[in-house]
Amino acid sequence: MSKIITPPPFLKTAAKAPAAFPSKAGAAKPAEVVKERSMLLQKEMLGDLFHSLTTAKETGRKVVYTFVPGNLSELILAFDMLPVYPEINALQWGMRKKSGQLIRDAEKYGYSEDVCTYVKCDVGMFLNGNIGPTGEKLPPPDLLLLSYTGCFTFLKWFESLQKLYPGVPTAMLHTPYAADGIVTDDMVKYMTRQLEEDVIPKMEQVSGKKFNPEKLAHHLDLAKESEDWIAKLFDLTKQVPSPIDAYFAGVYYIGPINAGFRGAESAVEYYHQLYDEVAARAALGKPPITPEGELEEEKFRLVVEGPPNWTHFREFWKLFYDMGVVVVASSYTKVGGYFDEGFRHEATKPLESLARYCMGCYTNYSLPERINMLEKFIVDYKADGFLINSIKSCNSFSAGQLLIMRELESRLGVPVSFIESDLVDPRYFSYANIKNRLDSFFQMMDQRKRVGGRQPFTRQAPEIASQRVGRASSPDTLLPILQAEGML
Amino acid sequence: MQQTLEALISKCEHLAFDLQFTHAKNWKRDGSMDDRSPAAHRFLVGYLPIYIPREIIHAMGGLPVGIMGSGDRMQIIKGDAYYQSYICHLPRGVVELALSGALSEFDAFIFPSICDVVRNLSGMFQIFKADAFIKYLDLPQNFLSEVGGAYYRREMETVIEGIQAHLSLAPIPEDLWRERLNHSIRLYNENRALIERIVTLRQEFPWRLSAVDWYCILRSGITMPVEEHNNILYEVEGMLQEERGRPLDNIRVVISGAFCEQPPLGLIKTIELAGCYIVDDDFMLGSRWIEGNIEENTADPMAAIVEAYLQHSTFSASLYEAAPASGTKVERLAELVRRRKADGVVFAAASFCDPALLDRPELQNGLERAGLRTIGFQYSENTGQFKVIKEEVGAFSDSIKLWDAVPEAGGIGDAASSQLVQVWLPTVLDEIDIVA
Repeated sequence: MSKIITPPPFLKTAAKAPAAFPSKAGAAKPAEVVKERSMLLQKEMLGDLFHSLTTAKETGRKVVYTFVPGNLSELILAFDMLPVYPEINALQWGMRKKSGQLIRDAEKYGYSEDVCTYVKCDVGMFLNGNIGPTGEKLPPPDLLLLSYTGCFTFLKWFESLQKLYPGVPTAMLHTPYAADGIVTDDMVKYMTRQLEEDVIPKMEQVSGKKFNPEKLAHHLDLAKESEDWIAKLFDLTKQVPSPIDAYFAGVYYIGPINAGFRGAESAVEYYHQLYDEVAARAALGKPPITPEGELEEEKFRLVVEGPPNWTHFREFWKLFYDMGVVVVASSYTKVGGYFDEGFRHEATKPLESLARYCMGCYTNYSLPERINMLEKFIVDYKADGFLINSIKSCNSFSAGQLLIMRELESRLGVPVSFIESDLVDPRYFSYANIKNRLDSFFQMMDQRKRVGGRQPFTRQAPEIASQRVGRASSPDTLLPILQAEGML
Repeated sequence: MQQTLEALISKCEHLAFDLQFTHAKNWKRDGSMDDRSPAAHRFLVGYLPIYIPREIIHAMGGLPVGIMGSGDRMQIIKGDAYYQSYICHLPRGVVELALSGALSEFDAFIFPSICDVVRNLSGMFQIFKADAFIKYLDLPQNFLSEVGGAYYRREMETVIEGIQAHLSLAPIPEDLWRERLNHSIRLYNENRALIERIVTLRQEFPWRLSAVDWYCILRSGITMPVEEHNNILYEVEGMLQEERGRPLDNIRVVISGAFCEQPPLGLIKTIELAGCYIVDDDFMLGSRWIEGNIEENTADPMAAIVEAYLQHSTFSASLYEAAPASGTKVERLAELVRRRKADGVVFAAASFCDPALLDRPELQNGLERAGLRTIGFQYSENTGQFKVIKEEVGAFSDSIKLWDAVPEAGGIGDAASSQLVQVWLPTVLDEIDIVA
């Protein structure tokens, strides 16, 4: 009898998957429940955070509302403040299948059906008394820390929060966009000046504490350790079979690093423990764990671009693991930082490394650089296919994704597919449409493997690849596709 | 030779909507005919909405050309293949222009930082238009001179250096550059001043020049050298001194939210025919971005442009509202409504335009709290059905006319229009369905 490891805590709140879904690769039958230590640690960490938030008024801890991409966790920790991430609240409401009403309430208030549903879910939450997804009232912000990376809508979101919380100070950190695929000294200087001139003084003012560079350095050291572990963790999915799913389970694994714990000792302990557990699975050649137990066989390996849908998260995941599909790399797990290529926070360059971290999050990558990164994932992680989950709410991700897909298909000949859903708007999840598309895609990958076996996709030499997407690249990059489709 | 206003408007409409940018291309070719002339190195820089500092392109000897999408004047085939249904329409038209060859003679493209869609479009252009210099212009959202200002200056220098490198142009000597940039600043100051004078004239006498005609005149300015546009504006200003047309019993509205993807002419016409004088708007906002003059004849004209952006930008959904000394967006819009003696605000935003639509609830609720009337709808640049909008705006107009018992001085109710109110209803009913 195989043992079943409990799914991540947030999955427990998701609705049951449709019962009549055929299982091909098949998950194991449920058996004894064993919680791995990392899961207990994460549960404890998040529980402590929410408890601290609900008692913030009594304990006098100051509360910072901020965002995941480009978050300044180490700085927040250095001031002993508590973070609230509105987009994490929204996604948790989505997973509890309660975001729909909040979105409708925001629309009644005047927000268009067209705009970001994270924003509307958050506004709806405010309109309903700011009760958080755990059922407890969230404290109002003492500081709005508008540190945002790669999403213009974040700026608009916080302008809305400024109106909802009048008088609350706002610290603004504008992150320059790495449009040319590089971070220049001017960009770094612009950010460090903002930290010095606006962000840190506001944090001092709100917290009532003087900025302590040694304390920040301590948290940056801890962040570096966590980042080492998380980079090693996601490197394990290069193994065949992959010991974890780097998208559906990956969003769980990035939880602590994205929720304010990156520079904390608890995060180091968590990621060390998690790595040990996953490495042990990898050493035994075990495939990933799903909400229904251990996957029997990894049949296909995918790279996925775009955030997941949260309102139907478990049904969505089931569409993959029922067919033995494992996501081995995803861009979404890089929104809170990209550590695969060696970036680490550095205590010796505190503000500069905070700036470089912000500019290095995935959403701050230019479109050509995103294509390069995904191409590298497909090759290095030995993927059989590439999938885009295009999110209606998220123009930062979605605008240009069809070009990404065409480019990758053109460069690698990799099977590609495209589905659409939304972050937390249940009205925009069509199970049947997504299933039909995925079934066709999986069949396409299956046929390809039957005909030719697993053929690794080859990438051009890096210098050639960069020429194709860089300034000096040729417009021919795109032309064959258009010509093939009779568009030119 | 003096031409009639009608002829001038016709010419401007043709220039404004020429999606081959023939006028700009001819300007460039004219400069290339004699390679010994100072104009030998003319170049074209396409820019996306909303604002770029056109002065620096002009001072370098180039022509900044606004690319506002393809409106309802081009069938989108290739552009749609690159965008999901929930992305606004503007980038589809821009991609269509790029892939159809309409932008073939452009040397550079600038994408100002206004939203995620235009941002990502800059990356797409790096692939589509690899033969051109592509610049994402990251306009600062920090408004301290030594922080955001320093960064913005470096961004502008990057534009200059990038174009020079791409076209193998020699750097301009410092003294000459200062002289040329000050000259360009003067010309664009003149352009903005003329625009503001005409807007003020239209505020007083909106019947003398329709909003549609004014829009064509204004939009034509992004397709031609500023000197040429200034001449046109002088002519228009002169012609508007004389009475023409006749006042109608229209309400006076300000349009807000249409700063990027431009509404089709038919939509502007529909608003007018629904009983509204459009006395101010944010169409073609980039041409009016800096309020007032950029300081002229300074020793450091780049610094003058930077300071003007930091201190004298208009309010916009794409600009962070950082405790502005000049007031919040709600306050500034309300002030504009009062200054233009408008009766209400029509919020017209492109579908799926996150910046405009995310601003709308606060603006709309804020104005209504201030006792100002508003209505809102969405459109796309190729909207072809206006009937619903006409009915909505018409009802808005009617409600103001009907229920404003004591019209404010200078608003709808001067003596003449008050009399007209009594005969308004059947007239409006007769007019319904004029616009298809």
